[in-house]
Amino acid sequence: VSAVDEPLAGGALGEPGPDGGGQTSAARLAAYVQGGGVIVPLLTVLLAFLAGGLVILVTGHNPISTYKAIFNGTGLNWLLPWTSSADRPAAALNLQQTLILTVPLILTGLAVAFAFRCGLFNIGGQGQYLMGSYAAVWAGSSFAGMAHFPHVIVAALAAAFVGALWAGIAGLLKATVGANEVISTIMLNYTAIYVGDYLFGLGGPLQNDAQRSVPVSNDIVPGAKLHVFWGDPELQGLHIGIFVALLALVVFWVVLNRSTTGYEVRAVGLNPEAARSSGMSVGRNYLLVMAVCGFFAGLAGAMDVLGWQFRIATNDIDISQIGFYGIAVALLGRNTAVGTFFAALLFGGLLSGTSQRNLDPTIFEPELASNLTTIIQGLVVLFVSADVLVISILRSGRRLMPWRRSRT
Amino acid sequence: VTSAVATAERERTVTPRHVGWGAIAVGVIAWYIALPPILVRSFVPSVVLGVIAIGAGAWVLGRGENRLGWGAIAAGVIGAGGAVASTRSGAGHLADVVTWSALFAAMLRFATPLLFGALGGIVSERSGVVNIGIEGMMLTGCYFGIYGADIGGSWVIGLVVAMVAGGVLALVHAVFSITLRADQIVGGVAINLLALGITGYLYVEHYGEQGTPDDVSRVPDVTLPLIKDIPFVGDAIGKTNLMTWLAILLVIVLAVFLFRTPQGLRLRSVGEHPRAAETVGLSVIRTRYLAVIASGVFAALGGAYLSIGFLGSFNQNLTAGRGYIALAVVICGRWRPGGALAFACLFGFSSAIAQRLPTFSDSGAVLFQALPYVLTIIVVAGVIGRSRPPAAIGQPYTRE
Repeated sequence: VSAVDEPLAGGALGEPGPDGGGQTSAARLAAYVQGGGVIVPLLTVLLAFLAGGLVILVTGHNPISTYKAIFNGTGLNWLLPWTSSADRPAAALNLQQTLILTVPLILTGLAVAFAFRCGLFNIGGQGQYLMGSYAAVWAGSSFAGMAHFPHVIVAALAAAFVGALWAGIAGLLKATVGANEVISTIMLNYTAIYVGDYLFGLGGPLQNDAQRSVPVSNDIVPGAKLHVFWGDPELQGLHIGIFVALLALVVFWVVLNRSTTGYEVRAVGLNPEAARSSGMSVGRNYLLVMAVCGFFAGLAGAMDVLGWQFRIATNDIDISQIGFYGIAVALLGRNTAVGTFFAALLFGGLLSGTSQRNLDPTIFEPELASNLTTIIQGLVVLFVSADVLVISILRSGRRLMPWRRSRT
Repeated sequence: VTSAVATAERERTVTPRHVGWGAIAVGVIAWYIALPPILVRSFVPSVVLGVIAIGAGAWVLGRGENRLGWGAIAAGVIGAGGAVASTRSGAGHLADVVTWSALFAAMLRFATPLLFGALGGIVSERSGVVNIGIEGMMLTGCYFGIYGADIGGSWVIGLVVAMVAGGVLALVHAVFSITLRADQIVGGVAINLLALGITGYLYVEHYGEQGTPDDVSRVPDVTLPLIKDIPFVGDAIGKTNLMTWLAILLVIVLAVFLFRTPQGLRLRSVGEHPRAAETVGLSVIRTRYLAVIASGVFAALGGAYLSIGFLGSFNQNLTAGRGYIALAVVICGRWRPGGALAFACLFGFSSAIAQRLPTFSDSGAVLFQALPYVLTIIVVAGVIGRSRPPAAIGQPYTRE
């Protein structure tokens, strides 16, 4: 018995009700947050930054110099031709940081976007990312004798498959008993945190061998580290994970827009009932899509572990937020490949630009700034949640949205 | 209780339901006798009891009571397994962890914020608005509670400021999800992020490196004059925070309101069938606004309890996912205040165990911390009982 045969089975939030027009909330989102349109996302970001600037102003700081310092912290000034050669080395370091953060943001963004296109809301990117990173650190710190290339492949694939399994739990429950994926993925996020606390905590099975009083994993062996192609490996230069992320974007686009599977996924996302009537298995698509989402998110965990973290401490698990940023990335990127890339770059820049390491503390306190990033992220998500708001600022009515139809 | 099983086999007037509940109790007893103060040091009696529970569970299962049957089997397995583990660990360690009165008191401490958050969730979701934002509303109450108590010099002011702040944040959620008909889940995620950012920002701005002051006014404990001298009960509830009693009171008030008053019926009808509710003259929009704002106020009280009732301090992201456990409480408790009380206590108890367990097993403690989340996944999967939400939940309402 599949989910949609029994709409109200198993605690299904947002399933069809008497007045709902027979769509889940995520299906509604899939219908309206997809494809096309550059103006609405840009305006969303502009509004969020304006509101963030207001927060800076009200609390007695200068928003312009703050934003300028954050921009310099992102290293994006490296791309500007008029940046002086004296500033270039520092800008390059910052830009490497931004791009390092962009890698997992692209991948966790895809993990959310792919689910949206199938009418599912994957809040579980964080948990899938974490489970993937555990697998990567295990595989990366084992098999010490292995050659570099196969070792990296094994570790990355192990992470991706563990992520896919973790997300697959939610997909399976959705497909078989109709369990609401929002609730199950939220709960899987926290379960994943405690799995990590158990694995790497004191006395845990994957705790490091050297210092039994420190709750941290073993370091991955040098042979499993990703190649750094820009900058100094000792100073966290940019690793080749960026190409993996870019490749994932291409794969996402091709699968979604140029394959039968992608056609089915989008059809289920737009209208599960119609998809079922035309002979597609809605449940199978739910399971498949969640597994693919987990694959992306798990891969994100692998890129971070193999690219620059090299180990996992239980403290880092508790404060990690990358998977949650994926939600904002996907929403702002309107669940498209290109949109996800730019949204990931924006949030990667915000995260590195407000970091302790990159932001000039004489202008704005980094600790304040990182909270500012969270506020901006929240505002972006809030504004996207009510597209109506941004669109009504442009102009009211449906005339503005013909591109939505053309994209499907 | 064992006699219940025995009589069940002698005479058929005892229904499988009775046997099922009896078997669950036997499973619990199997573990209980291996713990202080009884502390049976042999695993044999516990295993015998566990097997009895499993057998009775299988019998019940054969009579068509699936839920109870599996519950009894699980109780038997967990009870016997736990007892075996207990008999193998040192008696001293066990005494450290299992002091029933202290565990009970700790359970109430951990359950209080969950209960406030869950009651908030129930009110909002019963009116048809999903509230993932409970976590953020709690965190807001957390910060503004201590801020108000610090600036105003009194915990009463702290609570008021917390309630106002939680209500305002809930108003944002209401405007977006009801008036702008935004997606309620995305909106809730946004509320959580906003609350995390804003409270973190204000905390760094106001308190910076020193942290919140130590001498901030705190919600007092209630000392019950006669009861505090009764041996077990005195230690358990003799000295409990005022907010805990308030939460329990709120459970009763809300249960009566929702299921025994016309206003409660209206609230529920708006969540089940808004069109019909509107047809008989109710304002769906107004009802939902009030419900969502109330949910923010309740959740903020839970947060304020954390900062000025329990800890006396604030730190960034202090709630650390408690709002999501509150959400779990709502679902497991089936959108009922009484059910919420039961599950808040269960999850509070598992937190209490988790807090004490690291003295001899870190890994075991983690298991108990994860319990609420794992149990919720099992519940939404429908393995133990179906939990059915209000029918119109998550659907924006448009007047025709």
